[in-house]
Amino acid sequence: MSGADRIDVVKTGKLYIGGASPRSESGRTFTIEDAKGRVYARMAQASRKDTRDAIEAARAKGLPKWSGSTAYLRGQVLYRFAEMIESRSEDLAGDLQRTGSTAAAARKEVAASVDRMVSLAGWCDKLDQLLGCRNPVTGPYHNHTVPQARGVIGVVTPAQPRLLGLISMVGLTLVPGNAVVAIVPREAALQAITLGEMLAVSDMPAGAVNLLTGDVDELLEHLGAHGDVRAVLGAGLSKGQRADLRRAAADSVLRPVHCVKFAGDDWVKDAVVSSPWMLDLVVDHKTIWHPAST
Amino acid sequence: MLARRAAELAKRSIKTTAKAQGLRMAVSMLDLTTLEGADTPGRVKALCAKALYPCPEPLAQPVPMVAAACVYPRLVPVAWAALRDSPVKVASVATAFPSGQSGLDLRLRETEAAVAAGADEIDMVISRGLFLSGRHTDVVEEIRMVRAAAGAAHVKVILETGELETADNIRRACDLVLEAVADDDEINHGDVFLKTSTGKVSPAATPVSVLVLLEAARAHARATGVRLGIKPAGGIRTAKQALHMLVMVQETLGPQWLTPTLFRIGASSLLDDLIRQLLKMEHGRYTGMDEVALT
Amino acid sequence: MTAAEGTRLEYATAPERLRPQIDASYGLFINGEFVEPASNASFVTTDPATGRKLAEVAQGDERDVDRAVQAAKAAGARWSRLKPSERAKYLFRLARRLQECSRELAVLETMDGGKPIRESRDVDLPLAAQHFFYHAGWADKLQFAFAGATPKPLGVCGQIIPWNFPLLMAAWKIAPALACGNTVVLKPAETTPLTALHLARIMQEIELPDGVVNIVTGAGNTGAAVVNHPGMKKIAFTGSTDVGRHIMHSLAARDIPLTLELGGKSPNIVFADASLDQAIEGVVSGIWFNQGHVCCAGSRLYVEECIAEEFIAALRERMARLRVGDPLDKNTDVGAINSAEQLERIEGLVSCGRDQGAVLHEINDDPLPSRGNWHRPCFFTGVEPSHTIAREEIFGPVLSVMTFRTPEEAIRRANSTPYGLAAGVWTDKGAKIFDIAARLEAGVVWCNTYNMFDASSPFGGTKASGFGREGGRHGLRAYVQLAEARS
Repeated sequence: MSGADRIDVVKTGKLYIGGASPRSESGRTFTIEDAKGRVYARMAQASRKDTRDAIEAARAKGLPKWSGSTAYLRGQVLYRFAEMIESRSEDLAGDLQRTGSTAAAARKEVAASVDRMVSLAGWCDKLDQLLGCRNPVTGPYHNHTVPQARGVIGVVTPAQPRLLGLISMVGLTLVPGNAVVAIVPREAALQAITLGEMLAVSDMPAGAVNLLTGDVDELLEHLGAHGDVRAVLGAGLSKGQRADLRRAAADSVLRPVHCVKFAGDDWVKDAVVSSPWMLDLVVDHKTIWHPAST
Repeated sequence: MLARRAAELAKRSIKTTAKAQGLRMAVSMLDLTTLEGADTPGRVKALCAKALYPCPEPLAQPVPMVAAACVYPRLVPVAWAALRDSPVKVASVATAFPSGQSGLDLRLRETEAAVAAGADEIDMVISRGLFLSGRHTDVVEEIRMVRAAAGAAHVKVILETGELETADNIRRACDLVLEAVADDDEINHGDVFLKTSTGKVSPAATPVSVLVLLEAARAHARATGVRLGIKPAGGIRTAKQALHMLVMVQETLGPQWLTPTLFRIGASSLLDDLIRQLLKMEHGRYTGMDEVALT
Repeated sequence: MTAAEGTRLEYATAPERLRPQIDASYGLFINGEFVEPASNASFVTTDPATGRKLAEVAQGDERDVDRAVQAAKAAGARWSRLKPSERAKYLFRLARRLQECSRELAVLETMDGGKPIRESRDVDLPLAAQHFFYHAGWADKLQFAFAGATPKPLGVCGQIIPWNFPLLMAAWKIAPALACGNTVVLKPAETTPLTALHLARIMQEIELPDGVVNIVTGAGNTGAAVVNHPGMKKIAFTGSTDVGRHIMHSLAARDIPLTLELGGKSPNIVFADASLDQAIEGVVSGIWFNQGHVCCAGSRLYVEECIAEEFIAALRERMARLRVGDPLDKNTDVGAINSAEQLERIEGLVSCGRDQGAVLHEINDDPLPSRGNWHRPCFFTGVEPSHTIAREEIFGPVLSVMTFRTPEEAIRRANSTPYGLAAGVWTDKGAKIFDIAARLEAGVVWCNTYNMFDASSPFGGTKASGFGREGGRHGLRAYVQLAEARS
């Protein structure tokens, strides 16, 4: 599109918090360059306060609505989201390609992302049946264990694969009804912007997904240490980042930190990523007792 | 929690001095009962003799008489004659025991006749048919009328818990008895008893059903200050069961209920086991079946 | 109105007469035998009901933990490859032998820890045996437990357990670890090491292969040595939130799985439409079971305001029936406080409750035994949500009573705590039960019951009460790695 006769319109990427698209309160931005080294987009660089705002929006707005919706509805919303990704395939592939992927790889990643979301959508109304059960306790009691949403979950998405990693991490966290506050590394910021644009017009309640683009090292501890974050799920973190995250999580209220380590082609395997044992990381199991007698 | 609490109280370890006290207490609270079609004057006389002298031999610490002998109305005169000079009461089942399935007028006349013949206490049955068909106000009214017919005699209201089946039903039936006595300003402690069973239906006085009765009496005492009596009956055959009942009473209603005026156990063969246990404590050896006189 | 007053049935003392053989001193249990600790140091374990010394117990340090880890690692090579059905048989043997020894172990538990013999006999021991029996059956069925994934053992598991249910906690920790093919280094609590050491003897008797379970006794430093040993492939801890936080911190740089079962301040919510008599029993068992030394104790009682007065009167009456005293007496309901430190902590929080304006109701003012550690069962009324006694775990026989007006308010107040271990709900309305149970932030919700435990029932908390489950199919997850999960 660039040529002597026309000035490029550089994309301005913002954060996605509580269903709105604010700039960072810090006013900071960073740039994304295309393969030729030209500025393609300017992105908001999230700060500690943005992280806090996102967590508050997730807890106050997104979580009650999303966790309160039926499993069937969540499945439909996620499926609808897969449809939206499909219809934005060209954009998404173009962005990937512009920032380093080959055309074939970009198409493949977008397709895998759509398929991943379709797969995850189908989990919503089945997870309880696989992860929950009735426990045969000794005595006249009904006792069952059910997986429930944990609440607000902090997610750190990987630098690679940019789109599939983002879609997978956010999507699987949403399945049981959690609200997501995701830190998206600079490398995948462009994908986060498009995701945010799609979410804004989707059926996903405002605040259910919040996307913070920026510097993972800077935001990690604020995410891990916030008292309203009930678990942290990270991918592609370095050893030092994992330690920082766990330390942050331990210092305030305790919460589990799960750092997944996927090798290259793991991300495309549903058996790995869209598995009940990944989903198990973002649910809380509740055991309920009740007498069964007259 | 009912079953859990009842089971917990069954674990109280009542040994040595407590056991000696408890066994005697249980004897003194016994409604020694015979309610068979084959009952004869001879059988009732034997029962009354045992009520007066429960233990075949004198023990270092005397064994008390039982609280009452409980018989069918036709045999009240026999029991009255045998017991009239003693503190042992004559109790009689009236009101078409055990089913209660006669017209109300007949049941009231039977009550009056039993009292006239010398019964100090009337063990009435509620109409379970009325209760289970939801005619609760009629149940309340019948209890009031039987009490009126019984005059000065104490009335034990048999709920037949085995037919009511659930703890909720048992409690609701208790509440009807509470309602029936609520407007009686003259009532004394122990004038009215809640009684589990006729002994003709199984299960009878299960720990859970007794606990429900105790809780109802506790609620009534809290609300009105009036202490209703409690009488488990049916299926209580061992000293251990009887001691468990005493523990339940003490820990649910308090020791003030541990008196024959407020607590009775209806049983026929229980006395033999109580006596055998007392003899064992006295002699340090187990007593043979034949060493205890037949009831 | 007159009636002859009743006569109290005076329960005679009913002491448990059996006395277990207690040795003068105990070594560490490493590689199948009792050995002297590297430092030769020891500490004394006492009977908290009398203050009497029971035995000298070895104080393990880093060197001992290292020896134990090496033994566990060596044993693990064989144990993890043992045919699963054979592994199961060892666990079944353990369960059986535990049942046979249960009377002796119950007495020992009561002597070392202060809990009533009725509880160690009827709760701790049967449940401990059940845990081995239950998990034994899983050993050869693990491939069916994880849909689509393949479980593998983790390796050497470091396990640190508390003093409130010493043997039971050992069983909770050891049974699933072994069933899943791991080996264990267990650190019992400093004040209650004896039953774990007697369990070690049972392991010798049933010929559990050497090194599969190693028991290193000691205090906090010993626990730290367990946590920090680089050979550990998993750490499981049950205890206070503070220590749990510290452990998570220590392990931050290591990618090994951690499960934490920590403190609680569990709400017990009584609605006006509950069966009040039953709710009273539930409240009693919720707070005065095991002297309130229970992580999931129902220590915050929320009563619907319209029945509060009546309920509190009934609670006071019921509390008065508790029998406090000699833990070895079979009729004792509330025994001794586990340690002088714990007693001091409880007393401190009780006086804090008074200072902040809450009203204390004690069981009675009967004198407590002159020796040993004792605290009267009690509850506070006039407690405000901001009071320390409404927020901090007391871990003693102290209940804070508060009120609410509507179900929404009940849920809000119940969830307004850093903790999330357990909760109780009392109402006869089924729909309300399901709604409220779903919305309470707790790992275990007891509806119309409280403090029920079972080997098949997953137990564990959320928020500051920790993470991970113990017991049931869910508990197995903490002791396997799933190649497919990549975490």
